[in-house]
Amino acid sequence: MSVLLIAEHNNKELKSFTLNAVTAASKIDSDVHALVIGNNCGDAAKAASQLPLVKKVITVEAAHYENFLAENFAPVVIKLADNYSHIVCSANTFGKNLMPRIAAKLDTSQISDIIKVESPDTFVRPIYAGNAFATIKSTDAKKCITIRPTSFESCESSGGSAPIENADAGEEFSLTKFIKREEIKSDRPELGTARIVVSGGRGMQNGDNFKLITAIADKLNAAIGASRAAVDAGYISNDHQVGQTGKVVVPDLYIAVGISGAIQHLAGMKESKVIVAINKDGEAPIFSVADYGLEADLFEALPQFLEELNKLNTIQK
Amino acid sequence: MKILVAVKRVIDYNVQIRVKEDGTGIVTENVKMSTNPPDDNAIEEAVKIKESGKATEVIAVTIGEEKAQETVRKALAVGADRGIHVKVDGVIEPIAVSKILQKIVDKEKPDLVFMGKQAIDDDCNQTGQMLSALLDWPQATFASKIDVKEGKLEVVREIDEGLETIEINTPAIVTCDLRLNEPRYASLPNIMKAKKKPIEQMNASDLGVDITPKIQQLKVEEPPKRKAGIKVSSVAELVQKLKNEAKVI
Repeated sequence: MSVLLIAEHNNKELKSFTLNAVTAASKIDSDVHALVIGNNCGDAAKAASQLPLVKKVITVEAAHYENFLAENFAPVVIKLADNYSHIVCSANTFGKNLMPRIAAKLDTSQISDIIKVESPDTFVRPIYAGNAFATIKSTDAKKCITIRPTSFESCESSGGSAPIENADAGEEFSLTKFIKREEIKSDRPELGTARIVVSGGRGMQNGDNFKLITAIADKLNAAIGASRAAVDAGYISNDHQVGQTGKVVVPDLYIAVGISGAIQHLAGMKESKVIVAINKDGEAPIFSVADYGLEADLFEALPQFLEELNKLNTIQK
Repeated sequence: MKILVAVKRVIDYNVQIRVKEDGTGIVTENVKMSTNPPDDNAIEEAVKIKESGKATEVIAVTIGEEKAQETVRKALAVGADRGIHVKVDGVIEPIAVSKILQKIVDKEKPDLVFMGKQAIDDDCNQTGQMLSALLDWPQATFASKIDVKEGKLEVVREIDEGLETIEINTPAIVTCDLRLNEPRYASLPNIMKAKKKPIEQMNASDLGVDITPKIQQLKVEEPPKRKAGIKVSSVAELVQKLKNEAKVI
């Protein structure tokens, strides 16, 4: 029994959630092989070989793997699948897009977004926006699994020296063409892995007012999140959305500002260690999950918050 | 151009679900059901494309128990031309759903298949991708913008890093994000008219698809509850608590 872990990377570096996926894979079986598909992705393959939990790295390189299209990636994985009992990937947009295309070809009922490995065939996964946890057992011979990265620790990233093998590239799928990717570059910590997240909702009223959130986030070295309402209204871009169909975050501190707390939003943040809610509606559901609730007008509270933080005069890392 | 749209009946997104005491599942009796929200966006987009003159027919298909037909009826009321209801009782996994849809595609030969990116009940996010794998068609998942061109679509996809634009040749599968459009409400006259539109019914077994679940659900439980927090009276108190009690800043 061996586990094939599909590494997510940008051709140079591994994406941080690959480290969480490796941890999950190693809980299924210790023989974890990392598959790095890309174009000139030798550095990413090298980084994968240094993960102590990885026993072997397989790289498959070709120009048509440059942009990670599922139509090109799936045949590569399917060709290697015979040697593995489990195929594992992160349940972010990369893995969500790719894994079902593999599972269907292998005639396997995929197990999405697991938060716990009970045994090699039994897993726990959230359903109904995390309002219930289902323990499920797969009867398929080969299992295709995506893992929720925030539910598994990152693995060690150095000290390993797994051998790197090359495998042959497949043909290009000519019916899908990559045009462009617009990535929002930021010096802030990544939303998915930040220690502190400050999020704004519909209560922010417009995009300009998000500068109040930005100021607090700057002070706390925090990532910036948002509710779907705020993204839909155009206050902030989609990559900030936290919730059932956005990102799931588990920071040490989550500060929800002007967010009422629909169950779809709670699904993305209620596992946070400490939750603060600032909302002028004392009945808002967000207060039911908040450790510290402040019933106040955010336009008064946020500047005061910044002032108090400045008084503390501590540097956040 | 013909567009097939798959819709699913789920517990309404506003309902606070309850776990059955015996741990066998979720309480569904006397609970409000409705169309899976992003499936409404899929129907809306198909109808808009038809209204722009770029499509000739929109077919809504659902798979589920007798009452799932309501979901198709709703699609007909907002502009779909006809419906298909594949009757299935009990749990059906995305792999089986995609095999049934493959049979429907073989029969109807649509140029496009639209559906929501994820169902809000099982949160699997699989069916569209699986169907495109079975058909060897291009897939555009998590679509927030669709431009119909001659023989192709340009689709903007929402990804973790931001936005990605791809071009796919038809026939193709698109899974829709909630931001793709603003679904319309059905007017009363259109609801009445929809009652006369045809819905073809069939059984999954008629299609020769094995829908036996391959995943056993051992138990369903409530997630651990957060213990109730406190209300603070001022920002100063909040900051002190965060520093001295929670020790997170």
